[in-house]
Amino acid sequence: MAEVSDTYTARESAIDVLLVGNPNTGKTSVFNSLTGLRQKTGNYPGVTVEKKTGIVTGPDGGTLRLHDMPGMYSLTPKSLDDSIAREVLIGEADEDLDVRLIVVVADASNLNRNLYLVTQLIDLGIPVAVAMNMMDNAVSSGVHIDLDALSDQLQVPIVPVVASRQRGIDELRKMMFDRIGPVDRETRTAGSTELTGDGSVLSTEKAGSSPVGSTEDAETETDSTGPAPPSPRVSFAERFPRRRLLGGLLDEALAPAAAWFGEHTNLNEVAQTSEALRVTSSDQALQTWMEGRQEPSCKEDLKRIVEQTRGRLDELQVPWRMLETILRYDQIDDLYSRVVREDRDAQDSLSVRLDRAFTHRVAGPVIVLAVFALVFQSIFSWAEAPMTLIEDGIAALGAFVYQFLPAGLLRDLLVDGVIAGVGAVLVFLPQILFLFFFLALLEDTGYMARVAFIMDRFMKSMGLSGHSVMPLLSSFACAIPGIMATRTIKNWKDRLITIMIAPLMSCSARLPVYILLIGAFFPSMTILGVFTLQGLMLFSMYIFGIVIAIGAALVFKRFFMKDAVPTSFVMELPPYRRPSLKWVLLQMFERARVFVTEAGQIILAISVVLWFLASYPQPDDYDSMTSRSRIQQSYAGQLGQLIEPAIEPLGFDWKVGIGLITSFVAREVLVSTMATIYNVEEADETSVDLRSSLRSEVDPETGERVYTPLVAVSLMVFFALACQCMATVAIVKRETNGWKWPIIMVLYMTALAYVGSLVVYQGGLFLGYG
Amino acid sequence: MQSEHFTSTQANTIYLDELKPGEKATIRQIKGTAGEEVHLMELGLLPGTTVEMIKRAPMGDPIEIRVRRYHLSIRCAEARSVMVERE
Repeated sequence: MAEVSDTYTARESAIDVLLVGNPNTGKTSVFNSLTGLRQKTGNYPGVTVEKKTGIVTGPDGGTLRLHDMPGMYSLTPKSLDDSIAREVLIGEADEDLDVRLIVVVADASNLNRNLYLVTQLIDLGIPVAVAMNMMDNAVSSGVHIDLDALSDQLQVPIVPVVASRQRGIDELRKMMFDRIGPVDRETRTAGSTELTGDGSVLSTEKAGSSPVGSTEDAETETDSTGPAPPSPRVSFAERFPRRRLLGGLLDEALAPAAAWFGEHTNLNEVAQTSEALRVTSSDQALQTWMEGRQEPSCKEDLKRIVEQTRGRLDELQVPWRMLETILRYDQIDDLYSRVVREDRDAQDSLSVRLDRAFTHRVAGPVIVLAVFALVFQSIFSWAEAPMTLIEDGIAALGAFVYQFLPAGLLRDLLVDGVIAGVGAVLVFLPQILFLFFFLALLEDTGYMARVAFIMDRFMKSMGLSGHSVMPLLSSFACAIPGIMATRTIKNWKDRLITIMIAPLMSCSARLPVYILLIGAFFPSMTILGVFTLQGLMLFSMYIFGIVIAIGAALVFKRFFMKDAVPTSFVMELPPYRRPSLKWVLLQMFERARVFVTEAGQIILAISVVLWFLASYPQPDDYDSMTSRSRIQQSYAGQLGQLIEPAIEPLGFDWKVGIGLITSFVAREVLVSTMATIYNVEEADETSVDLRSSLRSEVDPETGERVYTPLVAVSLMVFFALACQCMATVAIVKRETNGWKWPIIMVLYMTALAYVGSLVVYQGGLFLGYG
Repeated sequence: MQSEHFTSTQANTIYLDELKPGEKATIRQIKGTAGEEVHLMELGLLPGTTVEMIKRAPMGDPIEIRVRRYHLSIRCAEARSVMVERE
């Protein structure tokens, strides 16, 4: 787990600013523009929600820490991402942050909905500033916003920006530092929620000051280093003037719940009242607070108080379930009508016209398939050259080291263990880089949301949603980037199921195994004039993986995640945008870094262990042994013979057993292991020697052929289903933040593989094949 | 006073997913208890809000709607918590 407490952030700045916003508002662009490349990505402790922190340097050289919160629509928690962001914002997270300011990125072309989160954040009682992004889009779609008036109404500073073109970033930066005021660590040691300096935004005292670009306002606040004056409790009568009557009743009804928050949390008074409203309106919010408290009596108190409040509201005939949203949107609609002028409703925007093709009933799915075919084609064909280069480079490095070191343990360890292990990590890099380049590109344009829209119905039949399409399709190239791509799935259970079934998609590493076995045991005959038997066999293996994956998803959903939040698919279809190359490249390199540094360590360790198993023991006459007898007497060979009784019912002998053990490094290692056992020099999957060696292998006792087409099918089924890939295990450990799920994955896939092969082999024997 | 937006069932209401592409309607009621309806409301689907059915996904589900000047994809099952009245 990577903690963001690295060298450059730790001491340089003690001031924290949170960057918040709806999804698709260009928040990441704003973050990147403000921090440049001075940022660090990690996970929040205990969960795999991405945490990004960067350093922003002000006009006068001061610095602050900017935290990029996961995209969110509201403070009512729905997904894991939401909950994390919420905890940090209300000061319930474990981290010790000194939050001075919340910067909300809002989409000007979608102001109405964005204001919902803005008003919620203002009600936290922490100073808020708004970066109004995509002003250009708003104007071109006929929305004219009077930012000064909006700023006056909300009592927060607003800076217009066009983050994709770096416009307004300097102004935003200046405003952030103005709001924070002079850096003064000694007097400001209190936790974030103590800072109620701007709590008065909810009263009307300061109406009329226009905080846009005004430093005056900010300085008067931050200069007051004494204890902040107690901020008045929020009055809903003042807060929602259009519902003054209701507001007065609300103030009364919510007082007990607000008092509970005053007693049991360190929320400030502003936040106490708005949380009281939230728990009254939403069971999820109530549940979250109750889970967060230790003492049962304290929990019960809250529950009782909220039930009483709801009862009181029922008496008043106020539907509490909708209360917060109705009140807020009421306020927002009123505000909107006063500060926004719409000169037309730009129905026929470019996005709508593009979607006539991209989400068309017939053309839509065809385009999805074409796009992905194109992406895979380029991954396969473009990644091949750099992969060969990496393999050759690693081999050359190994040969070089081999030449210069004296024979012995160190040389063997370095060449066959470490260097080969590094090679096993690096060889995945080209595919990861290419795939994430394309995925980031498709994501950034807005097309990925359309893919999810089109494919959702199909995924629903597996108990998943459209968000799982892209990670699963990516897994056909390689499960590792596929699993890394599941981060876009908000529902944790959906994400977990997608991770668990991704390795069942036939990845490119299975291809050498399939090609070797199909080439060796199936004649190249034509079926129905157009298909070849070999091609059909290969195709069947892919379909087989998909079918099993669907079954596995249903089983996981049905038996292991019964209590899961039902999968929902409420998703914004954002307007199409021109992608930013900078962001795409950043995304691509970030994924590559995570893979190399975090999964790499595990892969390297397993490589060394497997090298040891295959190279030891080395008795005195080791040097004079053939490589075949070396591996036979090695620990791996002994293990192979040990498991032979277990794998015999699948049609495998101990030699295949060795292959099964060593191919845990990566599936394609089976080919080179078999080649070593059969003493074939320079073998690869198309090598005729290895194929004929396999075909002609005879059992010394019975004189029968060891490998029959039935054994080949059984072995292919085993490889289709087994989790023969340490890199997958490593990345699952990283993405699920622990060893539980990778262990379950290895166990269930091995069990599936065993049963699958058993059924194929024994069934085949019974039917008279083989 | 506060009852105008809190109106419950009306005569001519249908489910949101029963609209035909291009049809506009006014939301009359949001039902449900799964927590999903709170999310829909937070996204701006409230009694009184105008929605437009844009299209159905190729396999009929989900649907694309336009609300408060943005586009939202929502499954038919979820759209069933929204009662609307054609304009």
